Amino acid sequence: MSLVKCTLKELQDRFTRGDVSAVEIVRAYFLRISVVESKVKAYITLNDKETMLSQAEALDHALGAWRKTEPMMAMPIAVKDNICTEGLPTTCGSRILGGFVPPYSATAVDALRSQQCFLIGKTNLDEFGMGSSTEYSAFGASRNPWNLSHVPGGSSGGSAVAVAADECVAALGTDTGGSIRQPAACCGVVGLKPTYGRVSRYGLIAFASSLDQIGPITKDVMDAALMLNVLAGHDARDSTSADKDVPDFTRVFKKKDVKKLKIGVPLEFFAEGLDEEVYDAVGEALAVLEDLGGTMEEVSLPHTGAAVATYYIVATAEASSNLARYDGVKYGFRAKESPNLSEMYRATRQEGFGPEVKRRIMLGTYALSSGYYDAYYAKAQAVRTLIREDFDRVFQDVDLLVTPVMPTPAFQLGEKIEDPLQMYLSDLYTISASLAGIPAIALPCGFSRKGLPIGMQILGRPFEEDVVLRAARAYELATDWRKKRPRIR
Amino acid sequence: MSIEISQVEHVAELARLQLSREELERLSTQLSHILTYMEELNATETGGVAGTASVVAGEANVLRDDEVQPSLSQDQALSNAPEAVDGMFQVPQIIGDR
Repeated sequence: MSLVKCTLKELQDRFTRGDVSAVEIVRAYFLRISVVESKVKAYITLNDKETMLSQAEALDHALGAWRKTEPMMAMPIAVKDNICTEGLPTTCGSRILGGFVPPYSATAVDALRSQQCFLIGKTNLDEFGMGSSTEYSAFGASRNPWNLSHVPGGSSGGSAVAVAADECVAALGTDTGGSIRQPAACCGVVGLKPTYGRVSRYGLIAFASSLDQIGPITKDVMDAALMLNVLAGHDARDSTSADKDVPDFTRVFKKKDVKKLKIGVPLEFFAEGLDEEVYDAVGEALAVLEDLGGTMEEVSLPHTGAAVATYYIVATAEASSNLARYDGVKYGFRAKESPNLSEMYRATRQEGFGPEVKRRIMLGTYALSSGYYDAYYAKAQAVRTLIREDFDRVFQDVDLLVTPVMPTPAFQLGEKIEDPLQMYLSDLYTISASLAGIPAIALPCGFSRKGLPIGMQILGRPFEEDVVLRAARAYELATDWRKKRPRIR
Repeated sequence: MSIEISQVEHVAELARLQLSREELERLSTQLSHILTYMEELNATETGGVAGTASVVAGEANVLRDDEVQPSLSQDQALSNAPEAVDGMFQVPQIIGDR
């Protein structure tokens, strides 16, 4: 089997056994990138091949015949370009961070680098993570490897594409309202949004601080567990990171069934507006989980219909505050020849931000402005409480929830770019878990007649990623979806 | 819900965005459209419901001792500045006549 087709687990095993060298890994992935990258456009910045090759040579030399290795050693990992990487440009897909080279790395990146992984490049995203298609990137859209005229989803579209197109073995994404899960579903790969606080946000460039979370995008569920093992844990540099025990997430796979698990099916996620093919695919997935021993139960999350409006108030309000820091003084882009400081701020932000970021800053500023705060922001925070309570209530009764990831398979490039509200509504099924801060995984559960992947979502109680992963892995092993790979043309 | 151009201009000023005439007009339409959708929230009864600002369980202040620790050097902190002079960030003149 070609090296680049390996899962993370397979590549780790081959490297540990000495079947493949670090140099061979670097060569194989750069060759793959040279063949497909011009078609799919997953990356904004690629790391320097020669530097990586010399690192790989040093690694092979140091290891010799003795192959005791760290899990991530020599693994080619891609990182979404809103996560700081020391010495490697970090753009957030925005002009306003033009020329920015972080002087430090995110904790999640440090965790991977400390095991000597190969940071192969920085992946494309909607500007500052604001979008559902990567079309709002200042560097142009990425393409869906299954059909190049369709979007790969977003905002972590580049990371999902890089994994699906075998341009890396696994990737980091970030999820604020679905930005890991939605592109994973569009590209037929696995995306895990951990519980809020499970993975440190230190070094993740903030969009909406109460929602943002780093997580893995991988070829299968086993790989998601392997990545989470490295990423999870308390970090003193992030005051919202959780001081909770981190289990070995791969150990949960010893049980290959879901016996004794009660699985809730929330009616509101299967209502009007859900594409028939997606409905059928997720329905069949539920039948598989039942065959595996799960008990099904219909449940209700009555405030689901309010989630999109709640999210787009909370997230834009936080964004308007977080993005106030881009003023052309400390880093990034500065507009030329402004007569005074306030003109310089205004011109820098006007020229540096793209249309969707400006739209969201405007929405958020409006929602926080005097006279409107109570009607929008305070109201949204109260509804957020009701959405959380919906989940608290159903999780007293069921262990997991299963839903679609998106109302439709990946849409066409350009289809929604002129209609922001339609774009927002494509996040309908992923937003609730973000507002509640609970873990959720997206994994493939079928294909549309046009050959585009369809994803299912499994949600669990806070800090029960182990239960989510166990059910996802059991489903994955009972089906063959993960074995289908795109033919890029 | 309808957002007048003058309101858009006011919000743009708060957000320090120098929007073009065309952008002001487009945002007036788009924000009106989006905010109308958001008014659906009013259908949800929230009397007596405390708002959620953070989902962190058992929220408590996270404090540490105020001790000197290694941090970025001055050169590193300035390394990304669009303009720097004598170890400082440089900005257009803000005091006095030019």
